[in-house]
Amino acid sequence: MFESTLEKPKSLWLDAFGRLAKDKVALLSLLIIVAYFIAAILAALGILGGTWEQEVGPSYHPPSREFWFGTDIFGRDVLQKVFQGIKVAVSVGFVSAMISIPIGIFLGALAGYFGGIIDEIIVWFYTTVSSIPRIMLLMGISLIMGKGLFAVYWALGLTTWVTLCRLIRGEVIKHKEREYVQAAGAIGGGHLRKLFRHILPNVMHIVIIQFSLQFQLAIKSEVILSYLGIGVQGMPSWGTMIDDAKLELARGVWWQLAGATLFMFGIVLAFNILGDALRDALDPKLKGK
Amino acid sequence: MGIHIYILRRLLYIIPLILGVCLIIFLLFNVMAGDPTHLLLGKHATVEQVRELRAELGIDRPWFIQYFDLVKSSFTFNFGRSWSTKQQISSMIFQGIGPSLTLTVPAFTLGTIISIILSLFVAFYRGKFLDKMIVFICVAMMSISSLVYILFGQWAFAFKLGWFEISGYENGFPDCIAYIILPIIIWIMLTLGPDVRFYRTVMLDEIFQDYVRTARAKGLSEPVILFKHVLKNALIPIITYVVISIPFLILGALLLESFFSIPGLGGIVLKALNSNDFPVLRAMSILTSVLVILFNLVSDILYTIVDPRVRLQ
Repeated sequence: MFESTLEKPKSLWLDAFGRLAKDKVALLSLLIIVAYFIAAILAALGILGGTWEQEVGPSYHPPSREFWFGTDIFGRDVLQKVFQGIKVAVSVGFVSAMISIPIGIFLGALAGYFGGIIDEIIVWFYTTVSSIPRIMLLMGISLIMGKGLFAVYWALGLTTWVTLCRLIRGEVIKHKEREYVQAAGAIGGGHLRKLFRHILPNVMHIVIIQFSLQFQLAIKSEVILSYLGIGVQGMPSWGTMIDDAKLELARGVWWQLAGATLFMFGIVLAFNILGDALRDALDPKLKGK
Repeated sequence: MGIHIYILRRLLYIIPLILGVCLIIFLLFNVMAGDPTHLLLGKHATVEQVRELRAELGIDRPWFIQYFDLVKSSFTFNFGRSWSTKQQISSMIFQGIGPSLTLTVPAFTLGTIISIILSLFVAFYRGKFLDKMIVFICVAMMSISSLVYILFGQWAFAFKLGWFEISGYENGFPDCIAYIILPIIIWIMLTLGPDVRFYRTVMLDEIFQDYVRTARAKGLSEPVILFKHVLKNALIPIITYVVISIPFLILGALLLESFFSIPGLGGIVLKALNSNDFPVLRAMSILTSVLVILFNLVSDILYTIVDPRVRLQ
């Protein structure tokens, strides 16, 4: 297997990975993201921060050797809550991307490939959706779905597909006239085969870049939605912890804010840097932008 | 395609867009949100009460008439009354628009000027350590939740140090200043990261053009090239960006207004959200969407007038 990859000319992905591997900061970001993902899985299994509900110390105990980030009003360990927050953040980023990315790819590919009236309708649809300020749409969707994590997934998923759709449409329009697609048509490939087997693999890099950028946007939005009172309920999330800090700060309790902010900063920064590095590696035309 | 035909087509396109926006908002608030009478009357309402309220709210009428009402309101701005305060929504909006703009217009103007100057500075040192450092700081600043900036700013500068008012608002020009300085500073901190990054891209787009090389060959100094040549040409994307941002200034700074108790439109939206006041949320959604559509139109038309190449598409 090793030899065959050597003989083949370097593919886009291999080439991009080579470029990414040279970027030490981007590689570090990737490692940090992987660490967060593992922590999220451990938190979901209850291994990390599974005992967050227990009262382990006095109320508002400042950070110490025993409680790295102190305790909250009920004497619960803030570090445990922060770990549970990782689970919420990663799941919000992941599930909302799993909703918005298929919509974006599907509508974008359809519009770009078929053109004509289908294109007109889809362009009208996404222009309409993007005309409504996202915060108003988020509120509307959360209101009708009720509060909670489930509504956050859908609200974010249904409002973030537009950019991807627009980008995919543009790329598909460029690719469908290329020789390799015409050749695929000449040997009898149908629309579906041309679109899924030939064009889409060539525009997948956009999806990867967008995934990375959307992920961090979703994590940041969860915090805002939780503050607005339409976010996560009944379990610790970085949003609810930062919201708690609104009343705590005046009493000198800063550690809950610090814990949630620090952990959130880590993953959002890592995704931001990785997103930029991915764009440079996979789409060299845009390098430096 | 002639410029007049292009502009006419672009003008006509706002009709399907407004119809679409109204359709989405109608589906969200009138169809999917369900019957609001339970929310308003509680569980123990009689059938008679429910029927009366449905008639009063106008939701017993066929759906296409309700939809038509919504479309009509996007032109007349007559949105009916709020469920919770019973006030005319249009007059609530009229009252809130002043405080919102008092906060957002100076904040946005100052923020934009600072970002553009910083981005020119960064473009001057492109590829050097300083450039990389500032871009990294921008990304790092973008990675902190906006809530943290507001919470920390309010706590540190208003509560601890006592330099500014913690919250509140007074109408009128000199009185309001004391209340809006801190929110303005926080707004600028919030937008600096993304804005500097965006304007840097705009500047770098121009800096590798032939005319810049010509200017350099003429022997002009780098600051003259940046301020006289690059900035002038970069004005097109800058103006587009500014025009598109205007509707969001009217929507106000949702979080800032809520933290600092500024009675602007953002505060109205949040209050409506907490009291399930659908008509107000619906009205604000329609109003802001219509503004987005109109200002997008303006920016498109400006772009076509300034840059004839766009018309060919």
